[in-house]
This record gives sequence, structure tokens and C-alpha cells, in this order.
Amino acid sequence: METHTKNFTAEEIRSALEQVKDPEIPVLSIVEMGMVSKIDADAEVPVVVLTPTFVGCPALNLIRQSAVEALKERGIHAEVKFDLSDKWTTNRLSPQAKEKLEKFGLAPPPYLSDEELTEEQLNRVRCPHCHSTDTTLRTAFGSTLCRAIRFCFTCRQAFEQFKPVA
Amino acid sequence: MQNALKELILQMADDALVLGHRNSEWTGIGPMLEEDLAFSSMAQDKIGHALALYTILHEHMGEPDPDKLGFMRKEEEYRCCQFVELPIGEYDFTLARHFLYDHAELIRYEMLVNCPFEPLAQMARKVRGELKYHVLHADTFLRELARGTEESKARMQAAIRYAWPYALGMFEITDADAQLAAAGAYAGEKERRSRWLSTVSSIINDAGLQVPEPDEAKAIYGGRKGYHSEYLKPLLDEMTEVVRLDPTAEW
Repeated sequence: METHTKNFTAEEIRSALEQVKDPEIPVLSIVEMGMVSKIDADAEVPVVVLTPTFVGCPALNLIRQSAVEALKERGIHAEVKFDLSDKWTTNRLSPQAKEKLEKFGLAPPPYLSDEELTEEQLNRVRCPHCHSTDTTLRTAFGSTLCRAIRFCFTCRQAFEQFKPVA
Repeated sequence: MQNALKELILQMADDALVLGHRNSEWTGIGPMLEEDLAFSSMAQDKIGHALALYTILHEHMGEPDPDKLGFMRKEEEYRCCQFVELPIGEYDFTLARHFLYDHAELIRYEMLVNCPFEPLAQMARKVRGELKYHVLHADTFLRELARGTEESKARMQAAIRYAWPYALGMFEITDADAQLAAAGAYAGEKERRSRWLSTVSSIINDAGLQVPEPDEAKAIYGGRKGYHSEYLKPLLDEMTEVVRLDPTAEW
């Protein structure tokens, strides 16, 4: 293989992937989203394994292409693939990622302590506009697969939430 | 065992593909915006699940690529149950089917989380979390309409009664069933039916509606063996209209 003259470390690869955004959540990189499940920098052709947020997410192909291109820009020719070997849940969003989501106007998902989604977890959500927790789920389905629509009784506005997925 | 697994995965994928397309028929005409979004999102989920299952068949089991598997088979090669083929009808039927089907689908995935065929087990562990939202939506609407007006209650009851024999048909047993159970891969349709019956019965009762008799003699079987309702062929024709006109078309 002559396609790469230099070996790259996993950290260098990760740093290139920090440039790749989820087109439906433009404030977060796929690294902050917790979508990067494995980086094999030592293989002859480095391999990046991503895990989908939702199996049916229509942005998966675009994300893979963007990742390949972002790596290429740094001279890294890697294989990028999706698989389900490492399951994505909303717990993989870092605290910084959740903060960015809230600033973006998207209420972050609560931390899920086990596999079960309880009524309480669905109800205790803070409005990203006025920070009141007096809110209710309007519909579990929003403008993208990862969003739900909620309503805040305090500021009387509808808002979107990144919905918790176990 | 390999063939039995293929059979099961095909049943799951075809159910999801066909019902996904039916759900998408509400896009743009849902009775209110939130419901339009809900059925459009569930359509996207289901067609995505079908794609992931066809991909497993292609990558691990030597079957053709997902587009060919999904769209280029003959009608009698599809393994979906007849329930998912039925037209969307009025909203009461759509909701009754959504409720009865999605609980059965969630249970099927739950029964597969420890399947020794790892790609399927991984898929099951992931999809389970997504389907929780489908059943949450279905349960909410069933309860609300059952407790709404006399008319909404009567219509939900009638829709469940109409859908019931088709719903029982979801659990049609094929030759694959016993092989999968013996291999510890999947406990089988009888087990799934009994879990489903106990789950949906308690929700239907709780909503103040009556659970129809689970009379096996009335179940509408056939789909799992390639015998389909009159509604599948026109749906397949519609889904493949462009590719049949121009197999190399890109869009």
C-alpha cells in the first residue's frame, strides 16, 4: 500500500473526525455525539468504525462520506464503516455535548440509568429557553428521528428535545 | 439452521418494509401535524430496519444486495404477514394495526437479544430502544380514543375486532420455527403469540375495551409461506415503478 506514506495515530484520526458534524445536529461533531466506536490506526489501511444513532437515520451515508473526506484532507486514507457491534445510546453524549445542545435550543436527553425508559425520565425535561422543568411531551416524533416535541408551561413555548434512547 | 435463520430474518425485513411503506402513505395527509410526523418517522424507522436486516442477509448469508432483496423478488417470495399488506384504511384501522403490530414486533426483537447469531442479536439490542417509542405512541392513542367520545370508543373497538384475525396471522408457524427453537436461536411464534396476547390484552382491558377471542381457527395465515392478500402485488408494483421503467436510473 503506497497510499499513505506516514502512519497516523488514533488521536490524529480522532482529531480529524472532530471536524465531521451530524447534518441534523450541526453543533455537534460525531466524536461528541459518541458515534465513533473504534479506531484501528495500526491496520495497513486504518479502520474507523461508527455506530448509528438510529438504524434508519437517513444521514448515515452522508456522515460516512464526510468522515472519509475529512480524513483525506489530513492525508489519512482510512476505511470508514458503520456497524452495530457497539450500541449507541444517548448516554454516550458527553456533558459538553449536552450543554451545546441546550444552547442550540434542543433540550438534551436525561441520563438513563438502565435499559428501561420510564415515565419520569420522559417527563423531567428542562426547557432550553427558560430552564423551567414544568414541561410535557407533545409528541415523541419530531422533525428528525432523534427529536421529540415538548411544550413548556412556564414560557408557553414548544421546544424540541433530543430524545432519550436506551 | 442457516436457512431457518434466513427465513426468520426475511419475515422480519419484509414485515418492516411493507408496513413502513404503508405508514409513509400518511405523509402529508395525517389527521393532524403531530400524527403526520409520527407515521412519517415510524415509516423511516421501519424502512431503515428493513434495510439493516436485508444487509445482514447480504453480508453474512450470501443473499443479493439489499435493493434487489427488497424490491426485485416475485410476490410469492415475500414472507411478510398479510396484516401489514392491508391498505391504511381510516385512522382507526391504522392505529389498531399500529398497536397490535408494534407490540408483536418489539417482542420479536426482545426474544432475539441473546440470539447466538451475533449480527441479529446486535440489531435486536439496538432496535428495541427505538421501538419503545412506537409502542408508546400506539398505547397513548389507544387509551385516549378509548376514553374519548362514544364514537371514538366504538370505532377503536370495531377496528381492533376487524384487525384481530389478521393480527393472529402474524404468528403463522413455518418449518423454520422448530429448527430455530431447537438451536436456541429464537423461541418461536407460539411463545411470541402468548407474550403478545398478555401484553395487548392488559392494555386493551385497561383502556376499557374488549379483547376479542384469540381463536386460532380464525387467524388469517398464508403470508409467511408466500400466499399474500390482493393488496401486496399493487404495493410492490408501486414501490418498483421507476426501477422497472429504467433499471439504471439514479435519483
